[in-house]
Amino acid sequence: MGADGIQNTPGMGDSGPVLAPGHTIATVTDKISSIVLTQKTRWGWWFGLAISFTFFMVLNMAIGALLLVGVGLWGINIPIAWGFAIVNFVWWIGIGHAGTLISAFLLLMRQAWRQSINRFAEAMTLFAVSCAGLFPLLHLGRPWLFFWLLPYPDTMGTWPQFRSPLVWDVFAVSTYATISLLFWFVGLIPDLATLRDRAKGWLSRRIYGFLAMGWRGSAMHWHRYEMAYLLLAGLATPLVVSVHTVVSFDFTVGIVPGWHSTIFPPYFVAGAIYSGFAMVLTLAIPLRKFYGLEDFVTIRHLDNMAKILLATGLIVAYGYMMETFMAFYSGNAYDRYMIMNRMTGPYAVVYWILIGCNIVVPMCTLWFAKIRRNVAALFVISLVIQTGMWLERFVIVVTSLHRDFMPSSWGMYYPTIWDWAAFLGSMGLFLTLFLLFIRYLPMISIFEMRGLAHELEEKQG
Amino acid sequence: MNSKPKPGKPLDLVQIQTKLEQSPEKRVWRGLQELAQTPEYRDFAECEFPHDPRADSQGVSRRNALKLMGASAALAGLTACTKMPTEKIVPYAQQQPEDFIPGKPLFYATAMPLAGYATGLLVESHMGRPTKIEGNPSHPASLGSANAITQASVLTLYDPDRAQVVVYNGRIGDWSRFLTFMDTTRAEILATKGAGLRILTGMVTSPSLADQIHTVLAMYPQAKWYQYEPLNRDNVREGAKLAFGEYVNPVYHLDQAEVIVSLDADFLTAGPGAVRYSRDFADKRRVSSPDSKMNRLYVVESTPTVTGAMADHRLPMCARDVYSFALALSNALAGTTVPIQVKAPTDWIPALVRDLTNHRGASLVVAGEQQPPYVHALAHGMNAVLGNVGRTVHYTDPVEANPVNAVESLKALVGEMRAGQVETLLIMGVNPVYNTPADLNFRDNLLKVRTRIHLGLYEDETAVQCNWHIPEAHYLESWGDAQAYDGTTTILQPLIAPLYNGKSAHEILAILAGNAGATSHDIVRAYWQGQKKGQDFEQFWQTSLNDGVVADSALPPKTVKFVSVPATSDLGTTGGGKMEIVFRPDPFVGDGSFSNNGWLQELPKPLTKLTWDNAALISPLSARELGVTNGDVVKINVNDARVAPVEAPIWITPGHADDSMTLHLGYGRRRAGHVGTGLGFNAYLLTTTDGLCIRRATVEKTGKTYELVATQHHHIMGKEGEDREEETVAALQRNLIRAATIDEYSKDPETFHEREEEQGPSLYNWNSYRGNAWGMAIDMNSCIGCGACMVACQSENNIAVVGKEQVRRGREMHWIRVDSYFEGGLENPAVYNQPVPCMHCENAPCEYVCPVGATVHSPEGLNEMVYNRCVGTRYCSNNCPYKVRRFNFELWSDWTTESLKPLRNPDVTVRSRGVMEKCTYCIQRINRVKIAAEKEDREIQDGEIVPACQQTCPAQAIVFGNINDPNSRVAKLKAQTRNYSLLADLNTKPRTTYLGKLRNPNPEIKE
Repeated sequence: MGADGIQNTPGMGDSGPVLAPGHTIATVTDKISSIVLTQKTRWGWWFGLAISFTFFMVLNMAIGALLLVGVGLWGINIPIAWGFAIVNFVWWIGIGHAGTLISAFLLLMRQAWRQSINRFAEAMTLFAVSCAGLFPLLHLGRPWLFFWLLPYPDTMGTWPQFRSPLVWDVFAVSTYATISLLFWFVGLIPDLATLRDRAKGWLSRRIYGFLAMGWRGSAMHWHRYEMAYLLLAGLATPLVVSVHTVVSFDFTVGIVPGWHSTIFPPYFVAGAIYSGFAMVLTLAIPLRKFYGLEDFVTIRHLDNMAKILLATGLIVAYGYMMETFMAFYSGNAYDRYMIMNRMTGPYAVVYWILIGCNIVVPMCTLWFAKIRRNVAALFVISLVIQTGMWLERFVIVVTSLHRDFMPSSWGMYYPTIWDWAAFLGSMGLFLTLFLLFIRYLPMISIFEMRGLAHELEEKQG
Repeated sequence: MNSKPKPGKPLDLVQIQTKLEQSPEKRVWRGLQELAQTPEYRDFAECEFPHDPRADSQGVSRRNALKLMGASAALAGLTACTKMPTEKIVPYAQQQPEDFIPGKPLFYATAMPLAGYATGLLVESHMGRPTKIEGNPSHPASLGSANAITQASVLTLYDPDRAQVVVYNGRIGDWSRFLTFMDTTRAEILATKGAGLRILTGMVTSPSLADQIHTVLAMYPQAKWYQYEPLNRDNVREGAKLAFGEYVNPVYHLDQAEVIVSLDADFLTAGPGAVRYSRDFADKRRVSSPDSKMNRLYVVESTPTVTGAMADHRLPMCARDVYSFALALSNALAGTTVPIQVKAPTDWIPALVRDLTNHRGASLVVAGEQQPPYVHALAHGMNAVLGNVGRTVHYTDPVEANPVNAVESLKALVGEMRAGQVETLLIMGVNPVYNTPADLNFRDNLLKVRTRIHLGLYEDETAVQCNWHIPEAHYLESWGDAQAYDGTTTILQPLIAPLYNGKSAHEILAILAGNAGATSHDIVRAYWQGQKKGQDFEQFWQTSLNDGVVADSALPPKTVKFVSVPATSDLGTTGGGKMEIVFRPDPFVGDGSFSNNGWLQELPKPLTKLTWDNAALISPLSARELGVTNGDVVKINVNDARVAPVEAPIWITPGHADDSMTLHLGYGRRRAGHVGTGLGFNAYLLTTTDGLCIRRATVEKTGKTYELVATQHHHIMGKEGEDREEETVAALQRNLIRAATIDEYSKDPETFHEREEEQGPSLYNWNSYRGNAWGMAIDMNSCIGCGACMVACQSENNIAVVGKEQVRRGREMHWIRVDSYFEGGLENPAVYNQPVPCMHCENAPCEYVCPVGATVHSPEGLNEMVYNRCVGTRYCSNNCPYKVRRFNFELWSDWTTESLKPLRNPDVTVRSRGVMEKCTYCIQRINRVKIAAEKEDREIQDGEIVPACQQTCPAQAIVFGNINDPNSRVAKLKAQTRNYSLLADLNTKPRTTYLGKLRNPNPEIKE
C-alpha cells in the first residue's frame, strides 16, 4: 500500500508522477519557501487580494446592517425561516471536508500523493469552517446571545436543550474547527522553523520563530511530532464523517418533507467531499499555474482528485435517486408532493440546474481520462460542481420549506441584496484569508515534500 | 417633512386688489396669499399641516413614519396624563369589585356608534387606560361579541395621527378663540334666524343629540339639519317605504329561520345587526349529533361575501340581475305566472318556492343594502306572503331620530351651497370632501360657504377645507347615547378623559344653543333626566351605565301593511358599458373612517385575503376576457362626463359574478394619517348620486401593474387562481378540511373519519395529564370567517403591525389566522374558512428542536413560548407543520410612540426583535382565573377561562376548556364524531381540533 502511494513512475493506469523528476531536498525547499520569503509579491496577488478584500468588506457591511436591523434584511419569512444563511453554512462546512479527508484520512491510508496538496487543503478547511461558522451565528434572531447554545453553568441553572440537533451542531462544528486548526498548525511547525531559519528580516524571524515553538528538528522532536500528528489524524478522521452527519441531522430530525430522511447522513458526507474536492481543484489549478508549482501538484494529483469527484458524485447521484424513489415507494403523500414540487414547482429550474451541475456534467466528463487530465476542463467542472452543491443545499432548505404541510401557509423565498452580500462577502473572507495564507506561509508542506523527494531519490537509487 | 412653504416672491398688493375687484362674487378669503393665488400659497395650502402625510409617505415607510410620530406625540405631552374621566363612570359589575385593584382590569359598558348604530361593548380598563374592547353580553346587537372594526377602534383612540389641536385657517388655534369666534357668529346667525346656518352630521340615533339639534333648530328656525352617511341605508329605507308606505326598520330573527334566501345580502357582516345575526344564524347551524337539523341558506350575489361562503346554495349573479330574480321568485310565490327572464338555472326558482312555502313563518328573504329599493320591497312582500312577519322579521319605527334619504339630504345641502345660501356650515363627524359622490363636487361647493366648521377625529380631507377644525372626542372619551339596530339604547360612558382635549358634538351644539361650557356629561344626563321623570333617576342612571343598555328600550314591533310594489325597470344601474360595477364598503376599513388603523389594514379581508389595499374584484372569466391577471391595472370609465376614470388593480376572485366588478370603498385617502394615506384607490370618485351602489362602466387594460399583497395564496401571483386550486387539492388530500352534507352525516356519523389512517401503537404513555388539560374545539360549521378573532387576538396579545411590504414578504404576525380554501370550479367554488391558532400539540415538533429550550410544554398541555430565552433560530417554525409561529424578523413592536404605550395589555410581554411568538391560548387569562380559583380554593369552572378569540367570535365557533373534564363544553364537542385533528397522521396530538363542516343542500337543486 505504502509503496503504491509513492510510486512515481507512469504505467499501470497511473497518470503520472506525484513529484516531477529532478527534484532534490534542496530544490523543494527553495522552491516552496521562496514564494513566502524571497519572491517579489506578485501583482496578481495584490489584484486578487484587492477584490477579495473588497468582498470581505461587503461581508462586514452586511454583518453591520444585520446587527442593526435584524435578520429581516434577508428574504426569509414564515414558512421559509431558513434561507441563504443555512445554505451557505452547509455549503462551506461541506467544502471544508475535503481538506480533512486529504490531510487525515489519506495520511492514515498512507497515500503519499496527498503530501503536495494537504497543506493548502487544510488551510482551505480552516477558512471554510470560519466562513461556515459565521452563518449560524448571524442567522440567529439575537446573535449576541449565541452562547446560550453552549453548556455553561449559569446562575439561572439553564442549560441547552440537548434534543435539538442545533446543539449537536455547536459541538460538531466547534470540535471540527478546533481539530482543524490544531492539525493545520501542528503540520506547519517544521516548516515554520524552516522559514525562521531562512527569513532575512528581523521581524519575520521573530514571528516565524515564535510560531515554530522552538523547533530544532531533533530526532526527539520528529518522533514526538510524528506521534502527535498521527494522533491528530486519528482524531480528525472520524470528523470527516461525523460533522456533516450532524449537520444533516439539522434536517433529518425535523419533520419537514424533504428533510425527514434517513439517507441524509451518508449523502451529506459524500456531497461534502464532492464539493470539497471541487474546491481543492478550484484552488490548486490556478495556484500551480501562477506559482509554477506544476512539479509538485502534478497531473496525477488532479487526476486522482477527479476520480474522487467521480466516486462521490456517484454516491450523491444515488442519493438523489433514492430520495425520489423513496418518496413514491413510501406512499407518503407529503413526500410525494415534495418531490413533484421540487421537479415541477416554482423552484423546478433550480432543481434541474442542480441535477445538471452535480450529475449530468460530471458524469459526462469525468469518466474520460483525457478530461480528467485537462487542467482547464477540470477547473470548469470543479466550479460547476460547487455551484451544483450550493444549489443542492438551496433545494433542500428552501424548496422543502416553501410548501410543507399546510397549503394555506405556502410561500416563496426571494433572496434580497443582503442575502447575496453575506454570501459573496463570505467568499471574500475566504479568499482574503487564503491569499494571506499563500503569501505568508508555505502553501505546500516543505518537510513532507522533502521526505517525498528523499524517498523517491532512494528508490531510484 | 416640508412643512415650511417655500420662500416666494413678495406679495403684490396691487395685483391682489385687481383680483379682488375682478372677482365675480364677493369672496371670503383666508389671507392675502390666498387671494394672490400664488404658487407659493398653493404649496403652503397643500402643506399647511405641521406633518403632511403626503410629504413623507413617499420616502419613509409607514412603520418608520409611525415611529417618527412618537416625537410629536411626546411633544404633545399626553402620555403621563392619561386619566379617568372626571365624572363618575360605572363598571360592568357582573363578577368584579367596583373598585380599583392595581393590576386588575375593570370592565365598563359602553357602546360604539358606527354609522349611527350602536354596538354594545365592554371595555377592559387597566388603571384608567382602555386596552381592549369586547362585546357586551347584555346588549342585543352584541351578545358579548364584537366585530373587527369595533374591536380595532381602541387603536384609533390612541392613534398618534389623531387631530390634537384646534386649527384655524391652517394654523394652530385654540379653543377659547373658537368660543369667542362662535360668540360673534352666533349673534350674526341669531340676527338672520339661522338663515345661513346648516348642520351636517352622520345618521343620528342618539336621542340626546337629536334633542339638542332640535333645540338649536327651534332657536334658529331658518337653519337646516342634513344627515349623510357614505354607506347609507337609503335602499333599505326606501325599500321599506315602497313596501309599506313609510320608513320602517326591519329587524330579523335568524334564530327562527329555517330557510333563508339572501338577495345579494351580506347580512353576516354588513349592516348594524350583523354581529347579532351571525350569532343567531350560527345557532341554527349548531349540530350536536348526527340527527340534528340545521337551517338552509340560499345566496344570490355578485360579490363573493362571508354570507355567500356560508351558503348551502350559492348563485353568482350580476347585482343588476338580482331584481328579476327577486321578481320571478316573488311572482312564483304569489302564484302568478308572468314569464320573467332569470339568469338562474331552471331548477332554482321552483325549488326555492317549495322550500320557502314548506317553511311558512320559518323562512326569511333578505335583500342586500346595495340592492335598489325595489328588491327590498319585493323581499318584504315575500316575507309577508310567507307569513314571516312577526316571526322571522318584525318591523319597528326607524331607529334614526330623523330618518331621511341620505343622498337626497346631501344633494339638498350641496344645492344650497352651490346657490350661496349657506353662510355657516357645521360639519360634525363626517368627511364629505372625501366620501361623497363625485358629481356633487362637494369640495368646490364647500368653499363657497363663508364659515366652515369641522369637528372630526382626524385633520382629514374635509378638515383642511374648513376654517375651523375642532378635534373630536373619541367615543371612548366622551359621554353620549346611541341606539342599536333594534332601537335598544345605550348610554355611552367615557373610559378616559379626552387625550387631546377633543370635543363632542354635544359640546359644539351646546355652544350654538348659547350654552357654551356645558359638558357632554351634563347634556346627556340632563336629557335622560327629562325623559325619566318620576323615576328614581340616580337608580336608572347607575343601572343603565352598569348594564350598558337602557332597560326595555328596544323599539316595539310595529304593525305594517304591505302595499303591492309596482314593477320597475329602474334597477339602480346607470351609465353605459359592458361591465357592472358594484360599490361596497370595505370589509374592515368601512367607508374609510378606519383607514389609519393598522390592525384593520393588515387584517386579511375575508376570502380575498388582501391586506393594505382595495382592488377591482372580478371573476376569472371576466379576467380572461379582459386579458388581465392579478395586479394588472385597469382603467374604469363610467362614461359620465362628470366623473373621471379611475385606475384600479385587478384581483381575480373565484365565485364572482361574470361581467361584474366589485370596488371596495374606503381607500385612496389623501389625508388619513401616516398609516392610511395613499393606500389603494378612491372608488368614491366613480360614484354619482344616481349611481351610488351599482352602475355600468367600460373597463380597459392599461398595461401597468400594481403589487397587491395577500396573506394566503401569495406564492404565485397571476395564475387566475390555479394556485388556489392546487392548495385546495392538497388541503383536501391531507384531510385538513372535511365536509359532508347533513344527510351524509346522519347516515354515516363516521363520514368525517373515512380517509383517516390507522394510528399505530405508541411507545409512550400519552395519558399523563392529570388535572387541567387545556384544549380547544373550532366548529368549522359555525365559523363564518369574518376575522373578528384575529383582531381580538391582536388586541389582547399586543401583536405588532408590520406593514404592506412585510406582509408581501410573508411576515405578518397574526397568532390566529383564517385560512380560506376553495373547492370546485373557479366560477362558483365552495368556500371553507378555517381559523388556525396554535395547535398546542401534546407531541409538539417545535419543542424538541429548540436548542435553548425556549419553547416548552406545560404540565397542563400548553406549548409555551419563553420570549426571554429565545435566541431566534426559527427552527421551531420550520418544524411546525401548522406554520402558526410568528417571528420578529425586525423590531416590529413600536417601542417609541408614546401614545401607543397605554394601549398595550400589561399582562402580555411586548416582544422585541429576533424572538419567536405564537398563540398561547391566552395564558394570561388562564392564569388570572387559576390564581383566583386557587385563592378561593375551588375548581375552575367550565367557561370561566375564555381566550380572546372565543370571547369575541360572533358565531361562537371557538370553544376552549379543560378536556380532562368530560362535562366541559370543549370535551363534549371533541366527543362528537365530527371532531378531527389537523395532520393527525404526524402524531402531533394537537389540542386544538376541528369539527367538520356540514352543508344542507336542497336535493332538488342539482349543481
